[in-house]
Amino acid sequence: MSRMRKLVVAGALALGLASPGFAAEAPKPPSQSWGFEGLFGTYDRAALQRGYQVYKEVCASCHSLGQIRYRDLGVAPGGIGLGYSEDEVKAIAAEFKVMDGPNDNGEMFERTARPADRLHSPFANEKAARSANNGAYPPDLSLIVEARKNGADYLYALLTGYKDPPAGVTINEGMYYNAWFPGFQIAMGSPLSDDRVTYGDGTKATVSQMARDVTVFLAWASEPNLEQRKAMGLKVILFLIILSGILYAAKRKIWSDVH
Amino acid sequence: MAQNNGFFENPTVKWIEHRLPIFSFLDHSLGSQYPTPRNLNYWWNFGSLAGFMLVVMILSGVFLAMNYTPHVDHAFGSVERIMRDVNYGWLIRYIHMNGASMFFIVVYIHIFRGLYFGSYKPPREILWWLGIVILLLMMATAFMGYVLPWGQMSFWGATVITNLFSAIPLVGDKIVTLLWGGFSVDNATLNRFFALHYLLPFVIAGVVVLHIWALHVHGSNNPLGIDARGPQDKIPFHPYYTVKDAFGLAVFMIFFMFFVFFAPNFFGEPDNYIPANPMVTPAHIVPEWYFLPFYAILRSVTFNILFIDAKLGGVLAMFGSILILFLLPWLDTSRVRSGRFRPVFKVFYWLFFVVCMLLGWVGGQPADATAAGIPLLRIGQVCTFWYFFHFVVVLPLLGWFERPRPLPISISQPVLGGGRIAAAAASKPMEKA
Repeated sequence: MSRMRKLVVAGALALGLASPGFAAEAPKPPSQSWGFEGLFGTYDRAALQRGYQVYKEVCASCHSLGQIRYRDLGVAPGGIGLGYSEDEVKAIAAEFKVMDGPNDNGEMFERTARPADRLHSPFANEKAARSANNGAYPPDLSLIVEARKNGADYLYALLTGYKDPPAGVTINEGMYYNAWFPGFQIAMGSPLSDDRVTYGDGTKATVSQMARDVTVFLAWASEPNLEQRKAMGLKVILFLIILSGILYAAKRKIWSDVH
Repeated sequence: MAQNNGFFENPTVKWIEHRLPIFSFLDHSLGSQYPTPRNLNYWWNFGSLAGFMLVVMILSGVFLAMNYTPHVDHAFGSVERIMRDVNYGWLIRYIHMNGASMFFIVVYIHIFRGLYFGSYKPPREILWWLGIVILLLMMATAFMGYVLPWGQMSFWGATVITNLFSAIPLVGDKIVTLLWGGFSVDNATLNRFFALHYLLPFVIAGVVVLHIWALHVHGSNNPLGIDARGPQDKIPFHPYYTVKDAFGLAVFMIFFMFFVFFAPNFFGEPDNYIPANPMVTPAHIVPEWYFLPFYAILRSVTFNILFIDAKLGGVLAMFGSILILFLLPWLDTSRVRSGRFRPVFKVFYWLFFVVCMLLGWVGGQPADATAAGIPLLRIGQVCTFWYFFHFVVVLPLLGWFERPRPLPISISQPVLGGGRIAAAAASKPMEKA
């Protein structure tokens, strides 16, 4: 066994795959029921807007969401947006400044963000992000649900999975124990605590409620076209089933003189 | 043979035909003048499905290329732009992504059909070779296509696979540098992979033309594996097989579109939605599912064989597992084509099938994983051994020792007559052990 592992590691090294400190595989997170799953799945608009609020007030202090533009928070073509009105979107964008330019004098300048701008990024670049976070890099969250095994289930489990480390497990300085993170040590402290945000619609902001809402929001950010995709898919499959039936009848008729 | 509804009497058609006989060419290629065995079953649908998938991949690929940027700084973002901002870009990309998997599913079924019914046997050896060439080209194309989104698996997959060539003695490192266009997988690599990914499908199309040309010389093999004895054994391709292929295509499309619309990332790796980062190696580097059996063969050689070190041995085994197919028409010494009449071959065929599936499963697991206490590496090694043993020992010996069941006299007899048993009873054995 150890000889085999040595050989495999040697082989991997020979292939240029210097493996990083081997992180223990995290267990499979429990399966949650999400409204966007299944053939008819859609995003709950209220949950999306609450989730955006959690992102904006909690996550956005460290994590960017670079693939999303302010206009996506509106209705967006095909109704795939978050559902804020045009004025609301403008107001949300106007809270942020973006660097633009160069202008006619060759100078960069700051201006108020517009709906077509990408969501404000908390750090200018990766180095700045690492320097502000003890060397750890808070990843962009645009694709976080698609880029992780078990997507939404994993994210929800992670956000609600902070615990005291079990006996015998030592946690490095500046790290936190999380039951669902690969390797169980995560540089992000528990981001959520009860009433961390105040929801406008009166929903009680428990940790699990906020984790659920922000997970729905980030699932949407990963795949804003999901509703359009599923709606079109139903029509396409229905059409193909009918077409198959017609072609089967044609095949039977044409082949009737062969058998 | 078949009526053309006066099509060839039409003056415009006649005028064109006189100058360029394209309509009669088509009619002889895929129409009413192409005689086809009357007993082809639904396993024979997968050739036309493969042709259809090639067209789907080229068309969707061309539209993707219009919006894609082959640069390490922009590739990932341009794919996300396709997914989010290009009109129906998500649809085109999901068709292309899942289309690759569908193409391989269809082609693997096509190959296993040929293996069962002996479609590689005389006089179809060159037809079989051309099929293997298409498979190799498809693999190269799919591999380079997977690199283009420039996600983590793109980058690390490219690194692992291109590094394989460094195992070649003397010139290995030079070849790798040539593949990379530099000293690491970088922008030059991405650029040449994009150029080749766009080129190779048209090379495939060319080889497909040769493949169909070779097919048309002797026509399709059939489930009985016996040659047609006369016109009563054949029916015109159109309308019989055009409508059968069309029905099969519609059913296949339900399967294909289910993945496109309801599970578009089923065949993919989540890690490829993380932008490529040369400084961070993913915990498990896995190729796309259609390479997994070959990946398992590659990894199963962990020991030196005489002067061949383990790495080169693995690479040779991996490429050898496909190249050995070129010799198959001579390794299989039985003169009976169809597995239906070969009771012992049938058992070994399904054993071989299970071995290929096991290899695929092993290839997808971490290198040091175990199942029920057995290291998967060991299972992979046993399966790799059996993969080659099947071709090099089992098939040659079977032809000598197996006693095939009696072959029917003609194709039309079991179809028109009283079923297979009556037909077999009335026939006389064509071959004895």
